[in-house]
Amino acid sequence: MIHTVNKSPFERNSLDSCLRLSIKGSPILLLEDGVLAATIGTSVSAKVASAMSEHPFYVLGPDLKARGINEDDIAEGITVIDYGGFVDLVVEHGTVQSWL
Amino acid sequence: MLPIAWLFLGTKAMSEQTEFHTAGVTKKFMYVNRKAPYGTIYALEILEAVLISAAFEQHACIVFIDDGVYQIKKGQNTDSVNMKNFSKTYGAIAMEKEDADEDDDIDMVWRIIVEQESMEARGLCADDFVIDVEVIPSTELAIIMNEQDVVISG
Repeated sequence: MIHTVNKSPFERNSLDSCLRLSIKGSPILLLEDGVLAATIGTSVSAKVASAMSEHPFYVLGPDLKARGINEDDIAEGITVIDYGGFVDLVVEHGTVQSWL
Repeated sequence: MLPIAWLFLGTKAMSEQTEFHTAGVTKKFMYVNRKAPYGTIYALEILEAVLISAAFEQHACIVFIDDGVYQIKKGQNTDSVNMKNFSKTYGAIAMEKEDADEDDDIDMVWRIIVEQESMEARGLCADDFVIDVEVIPSTELAIIMNEQDVVISG
């Protein structure tokens, strides 16, 4: 199973719920406003950094670009992927849970 | 149960155009309710999907997380907001679940689950809901979620 989060962690609790209800090892993809969780130096950076010890994290590049977020400002260990990479992840992990 | 009746009509019309080989296929569906009712359309849309899965005798876990727990809170009265009080429909779903539990010919397992953390964070307890629910902590619910074939969430 793969989890996706498309809401800003500063506005909604989607990321918190995702972290609470995902088993260790399942990948988490940040997309749309969810990409904001991937940036460094924020009030949620520490939370994401500690979650990275339990989950592989991915962030959707086109959504970063659209928001003017440079890949240099993404936390180390988070993999930037494109739409093709998104499809590959879904094919590999099957069921998707979208934290809307 | 109007939506189910509508669905049967809908599928009949559809089968004339397209062949679906779904006879005897049973999957594990989870419906994740995370929004309070009435403020957005999410809750009602998921309820419609749950009713469809009943028509097709699919396994279903109906889960209430975060503000979704308010969907099944007792005492809802929508008279003055001009919307349908659909918490009553969950009563029908609970009856459907009981029928399935009792009937050996129906191979359909339904569970109605509330996440313990979400319930407690909102000062609620199991008695506050219009239907009987299993109250399950997040660590256990994460495992159940991971075992599903399809997850529909809102």
